[in-house]
Amino acid sequence: MSNQADLVWMIGGPQGSGINLAAETLTRCCMRGGLHVFANIEYHSNIKGEHSYYRLRIAKERRRSHLERVDLLVALDRETLVGDVHKSEVTHRGHLHEMAPGGAILFDSGNGPAPGDPSREDVRMFPVPFRDILLEALRMYGREGEVGKLQIMYNVIGLGASIGLLGYDQDLVTRVIAEGFKGRKAALADLNVAVFRRAAEYAMERFATSYPHRLSVLGGSGGRVMMRGIQAVGMAKILAGCGLQTYYPITPATDESDYLESRQGQFPTAVVQCEDEISAVLMAIGAAHAGVRASTSTSGPGFSLMAEGLGWAGITEAPGPVVILYQRGGPATGLPTRHEQADVRFALHAAHGEFPRIVVAPGDAEECFRTTFEAFNWAERYQCPVTVITDKYTASSYSTIPPFETSGLKIDRGVVFTPPKSGKDGFLRYKFTKNGISPRSRLGDRGGIFWTSGDEHNERGHIVESAENRVKMQTKRMTKLVTAAKEIPEGMMWTLHGPADAEVMVVGWGSTKGPILDAIEELETQGVAASFLQLRLLLPFPGDAVRKVLRKAKTHVMVEGNYGGQVRGLIREMTGVHVRRLVHKFDGRPFSQDEVREGILQQLKSARRPAVMSHA
Amino acid sequence: MLKLEEVKTDVFNDWCPGCGDFGILSALQQAIAELEVPREKIAVFSGIGCSGKTPHFLNVYGIHTLHGRSLPIAAGAKLANKDLTVIAVGGDGDGYGIGAGHFVATGRRNLDLTYVVFNNGVYGLTKGQSAPTLAKGLRTKSMPAPAIVEAVNPIALAICAGFTFVARSYSLSVKHLKATILAAIRHPGTALVDVLQPCPTYNDLHTKEFWAGADTPDKKPRWYDLQQEGFDAVVRDPEDGGEVVRKKTAGVMKSLEGGEREPVGVFFEWKTATYGEQLAARMPLLAEKPLAEADFSGRDLTPLLAELA
Repeated sequence: MSNQADLVWMIGGPQGSGINLAAETLTRCCMRGGLHVFANIEYHSNIKGEHSYYRLRIAKERRRSHLERVDLLVALDRETLVGDVHKSEVTHRGHLHEMAPGGAILFDSGNGPAPGDPSREDVRMFPVPFRDILLEALRMYGREGEVGKLQIMYNVIGLGASIGLLGYDQDLVTRVIAEGFKGRKAALADLNVAVFRRAAEYAMERFATSYPHRLSVLGGSGGRVMMRGIQAVGMAKILAGCGLQTYYPITPATDESDYLESRQGQFPTAVVQCEDEISAVLMAIGAAHAGVRASTSTSGPGFSLMAEGLGWAGITEAPGPVVILYQRGGPATGLPTRHEQADVRFALHAAHGEFPRIVVAPGDAEECFRTTFEAFNWAERYQCPVTVITDKYTASSYSTIPPFETSGLKIDRGVVFTPPKSGKDGFLRYKFTKNGISPRSRLGDRGGIFWTSGDEHNERGHIVESAENRVKMQTKRMTKLVTAAKEIPEGMMWTLHGPADAEVMVVGWGSTKGPILDAIEELETQGVAASFLQLRLLLPFPGDAVRKVLRKAKTHVMVEGNYGGQVRGLIREMTGVHVRRLVHKFDGRPFSQDEVREGILQQLKSARRPAVMSHA
Repeated sequence: MLKLEEVKTDVFNDWCPGCGDFGILSALQQAIAELEVPREKIAVFSGIGCSGKTPHFLNVYGIHTLHGRSLPIAAGAKLANKDLTVIAVGGDGDGYGIGAGHFVATGRRNLDLTYVVFNNGVYGLTKGQSAPTLAKGLRTKSMPAPAIVEAVNPIALAICAGFTFVARSYSLSVKHLKATILAAIRHPGTALVDVLQPCPTYNDLHTKEFWAGADTPDKKPRWYDLQQEGFDAVVRDPEDGGEVVRKKTAGVMKSLEGGEREPVGVFFEWKTATYGEQLAARMPLLAEKPLAEADFSGRDLTPLLAELA
């Protein structure tokens, strides 16, 4: 980073080759050395063999998105360079074509470019004999016979070669590697360190003089942590006192349930793997009625199955669940390991009939934490399902961020009933109230016996089909949304980044926050002053406030990761304002900073048709 | 022991006159009254259909859920509060048709709850379509044509799915039914009580008279009590895998027996670790108190953040 603001490092290889370990170790090492990292991963729906890659954007200051270019590429196989040319139908071109001029590639000399493969004269090619390096290290431990089995350590060679080339602190990296092999794996620590050292020395001796970029330690980590969205959500659930987490395995949501279950000993949360998402959402609702803060996490296909349950939660005024919806490419199985923001309209409307619900879209890991925590408060306060809608990009990307501030977060369990002194029956679970909220008892509470039904019911919870009761009860339920809209702080509803009177107002929601913020910062250096209106609370939608903010700018550009411009439509519906300019993307990949910047510039030139961005 | 009046509600009952549901309701009320559990510690969950209204007639926590979905909601409540006595009720279409996936998963899980299925062979509330338990070739009066799919065998299905108490009774034999329901509730694990019952409005084949055997030469009921004939359904040594297999096999065989008379009573009973007990082994907190009573406030995330430093 001696001569540029960002260094983009990438490692690519077949799935199962351990690119995660290399990338996450490097992230930690950079963070410990005072650098900032934004890291994101792309992978196939496959267990072993298909191409995956992990990209780190390393900078002296905070970064919130990825760039299109690659400065230093570690290629564990030929496919990483030139694509899946071995298949009858080539589906990607690898990463050679993404290399920045002057960039470098560390590749396995035993699995590198073949004669006739595309090449780049402006990219330095550094062959690394992965097998020989591994053999040398293994020889020190008399384990050279295991070279086949231990090829899994090629990822460490890739990491080592990168560190050697960049001249980064090898001792720091050694410590981090050793930390990663504890307990049962402790015996492997020395071997991994030896492999790392050999690879680093090899690259330093042979290539460093012909490569200008260096990565240096700036200082300590400043207390920062490397955080992914799923960890942020998991921690929020733990802090909020979520007692039951239900799930059915689905990418990319399952990691969060695993996170909670693996920390069950210290922070007890019952984590139940269900037979399907129908059961997952209903079990959580059942637990909510019984007084436990309950949650489920899923992706689009699972959320589709939950629709019925959300309606039942709505009419029975269950104090939950909190549903975390990690969007991925749809419909149906769609692009199961890829990114999209196309479930938002569905999240707003899933299930038949009308009932109150809250839908909120955090923009990054920090907002995932805060929003998920508050979601439990809202679920209990307004006795309705709360959907936190995020996506694969937020779920799986790492950012180096300050630790969460928790001092202002308070658990609010809403209006709980007072047991009658007499202990007598007659509790009205669905009592008509002005703000729509009826005090709730929990299954098991003495004096709190109630009935509930997915049929329309009276204040006691018994089935009643009268028109008069229907009007009163439906109005009562829906009034809770009016109450929520009044009580939820405006700071949780939307955020205006930058001055309201900027020339251009970019509008977005969810994980486009990162690339939009990075892009408008870059645009400013190019003479385009832009602000960013980030919509967070999508239901109840703060229509009046958003209309007022939108009116402060003359030119608006909507950025979202779907085909239809779903939230653009929502804005028009709720505010009457039609944002004509649209930058959208639906290729299963998240927006990069570059794509947002280019898209905005395109739309400023001409709004005749939306700008469709697509990776490579 | 509660008075029977204490477990009834004043809600108007709109079931058809002569419905088998009344027998089941009566047995449930008696069982709850005898249970020696405070009313507020009992929660009854139901699905959709005539049987779905059952909780409204019981003066305990009553949760009327969705079609086929009573079991997962009941399971959530049990997980949240292990001190609750959880009873789910529903029709055969609800449990063995639309809810079949949950039925199987509930058996596998073995939470301590009881499922009472109102088995009358028809979808009553939608006016008499064939239900999963109606045998192939049969045609009740409101069906345009005979059923051309096989009936499900709920007893065999339950045993194979992992229910640890599997029984059957007859809705108008209230004494036997009450005793069976009580045994099911007291069984620590997931219990099924499949209840044969007439639907006087839509099932003109399996009527009260049919079950009473009025048309048979010896006028004997079309059901007999397994236990009176000496059938031993109980696994005596819960750790003996061989015995478990033998008792399961015997129960399944019994359910497949066929013939003029249906066996009722307990087909299989095995006291083994419940889901709750196994969860408590991982989460000691659960052994102390229900999740719903745990205080999770004031947690410190420092160790979790340190993992990511």
